[in-house]
Amino acid sequence: MPDEAASVTTRPGAHASPVLEATGLSKRFGSREALRDVSLAAGPGELVAVIGPNGAGKTTLLSILAGIQSADAGSVATAPDRLGWVPQQPSLYGKLTVAENLRLFARLDGCADTEAAVGRMLDQADLRDRANDLASTLSGGNRQRLNVAIGLLSEPPVLLLDEPSAALDPRQRERLWQFIFGLAREGTAVVYSTHDVAEAERHAQQVVVLADGERLFSGSPRELKRVVGDSHGDFEAAFVAFLRQRGH
Amino acid sequence: MRWLLAKDLRILGRSPLLVAMLVLYPILIAALVGFAVTSGPSKPRVAILNEVPPSANTIDLGGQRVNVSKESKPLFESIKTVKVHSRAEAIRKVRDGDVLAALVIPPDITRNLEAATAGGSSPPHLQVFYNAEDPAKQTFVEDTIKARVQDANAALAKKFTQVAASYIRLLSTGGSFSFAGSSFDVLGLRRTESVLRATASHLPKGSAELRGLKQVVDFAVLARQNLGLATGVLNAVGTPIHVDSTVVKGGKTPLGAFAAAIAVTVTLMFITLLLAAGGLALEREENAFRRIVRGIVSQTGLLVEKIGLAGICSGLVALVLLAGLSLFVTLPWSRLPLWILALAAAAAAFGALGVAMGALAREVRAASLLAIMASLPLAVLGLVPSGAVSTGLYDLIRVVSAGFPFRATLDALQSALGRSGGIGAPLLHLVVLTVVFTALARLALRRFA
Repeated sequence: MPDEAASVTTRPGAHASPVLEATGLSKRFGSREALRDVSLAAGPGELVAVIGPNGAGKTTLLSILAGIQSADAGSVATAPDRLGWVPQQPSLYGKLTVAENLRLFARLDGCADTEAAVGRMLDQADLRDRANDLASTLSGGNRQRLNVAIGLLSEPPVLLLDEPSAALDPRQRERLWQFIFGLAREGTAVVYSTHDVAEAERHAQQVVVLADGERLFSGSPRELKRVVGDSHGDFEAAFVAFLRQRGH
Repeated sequence: MRWLLAKDLRILGRSPLLVAMLVLYPILIAALVGFAVTSGPSKPRVAILNEVPPSANTIDLGGQRVNVSKESKPLFESIKTVKVHSRAEAIRKVRDGDVLAALVIPPDITRNLEAATAGGSSPPHLQVFYNAEDPAKQTFVEDTIKARVQDANAALAKKFTQVAASYIRLLSTGGSFSFAGSSFDVLGLRRTESVLRATASHLPKGSAELRGLKQVVDFAVLARQNLGLATGVLNAVGTPIHVDSTVVKGGKTPLGAFAAAIAVTVTLMFITLLLAAGGLALEREENAFRRIVRGIVSQTGLLVEKIGLAGICSGLVALVLLAGLSLFVTLPWSRLPLWILALAAAAAAFGALGVAMGALAREVRAASLLAIMASLPLAVLGLVPSGAVSTGLYDLIRVVSAGFPFRATLDALQSALGRSGGIGAPLLHLVVLTVVFTALARLALRRFA
């Protein structure tokens, strides 16, 4: 997908005034510091990958950005209702059809024209022919696309995705990314967390590296490789070397 | 919030097995509880071997013919009799469990009864055979037979009292008396007195004969007056103690209405707890909770929706159950608004308890298990009557029971169904419990996601 990623990278406005801006976010769970003074910004149509080892604070960061959790310190300049949020596990009702799920969450999101929002997302997620099927009968990939579609019902300028491609096979993952690229092309800023470092390199214009709740890096994948001193090598190797350099 | 309610109802509608289980299971439990609480086996099956020949059913009691079979009818009124033709058959039926006990009426019972009333020393005996493999059953059978024999004894005693009283009347006032086919005229004390007074009027005043005769007249008067009191004494001996009962606590709820209140309370509790607890936990299992409360629905709004969902479903089932029960027991339909008020308050309180359970358990299976496991002790605690346990334990049970909606629901429904006490206090109690459990659920939601 380098071509797709490149096409996104060259979008005008990717580095324009940010539609998402968070500064100095900190969060503690008891004695454990889950986030420490983390800042992040994303412009329209920009793809931002949040990467890091297990327990780095990726999900906590996205939850705070989405307004699910509150930060102990710091602030998010963007209001939660301007942020679409897609949790890691599909958040939908198996006993409802695809269209019923979309309709319910459109109403709960306060969409002005429910049916228009449902129709738009059925088309955008390419689920029109499955509209009347129960969500429990969908494949993992289709469920995840429905999951993303629910997050987009209110047409937010920013979409937050928590591990969107986890548990998907390569073909399903490919279709999901096509869908996400389409959103970015239309100007939606997409911030996603992932374990898959290669996926971050291929799709993101900006990567944010977290470890033990601390932001260690923010910049393009190429810049990360440059920091490590291996601008032509494997990104995953560069990422591991970077963490080692920083004592993680 | 109405969209969430519509969603939940749609999901319920697509789970027919769950709906069937939620409706049928509590109704079955309710029917069993109601049956167990209100109807003991009042007509036990008892085998009867009557060895008394038909010709010996009637005994002669001082010239009066008394039909023993007729007078001992109470013995058979409250048992379901199974006729047998031999002792062996009677014993076999007891051993096989066909009957609770066998009652053998020996052929000489009426003769012994007749002899006993004539001053004989050998009282009549009945023989009872029963199965003692179950101590509880043995006690029940013994008590039942003893109570029935006492009823029969009381009926016979009443008859004997009547016969004895008729003798006394005969002695007092005179009349005719039949014995062994012959008829006798008894003068009686009253006529004796008249005859003596007439005789005395012909005797010279101050004579020794007149003085003697006056003593006899005085005795006749005294005897007649005291015999007049004897009838009352005999009646008192026949039924020495009468029972006057006064209700000092609780109302006069008919037994059927009480059973209906129990059945409906149990049904309401099961359905509401399971739906509220399971419904809330399902939002977490479907990963939908955080997404929902990000939108226009607040966490408290979500709790209210689950309480409403569970309350509407259980309230409807409870109303249908009451309508069904009214085919068998008399229920005051004129008090329907009170039924609905009691059901609504109870459903809200149980719903609040259910969402608290769901929020604490967090998983559908754990929440359902918790709801079921909590229901049975709550019902049992709410049904313990005063006097069944020690005072201290009963006070403790009352305190624990007051912390949950079962007892208050039962009180409210009893009041609504049977004019038993005021409905205000139990309704207020249910409202307080609703607020407390909703607040507890709201607190538990902090660690729900």
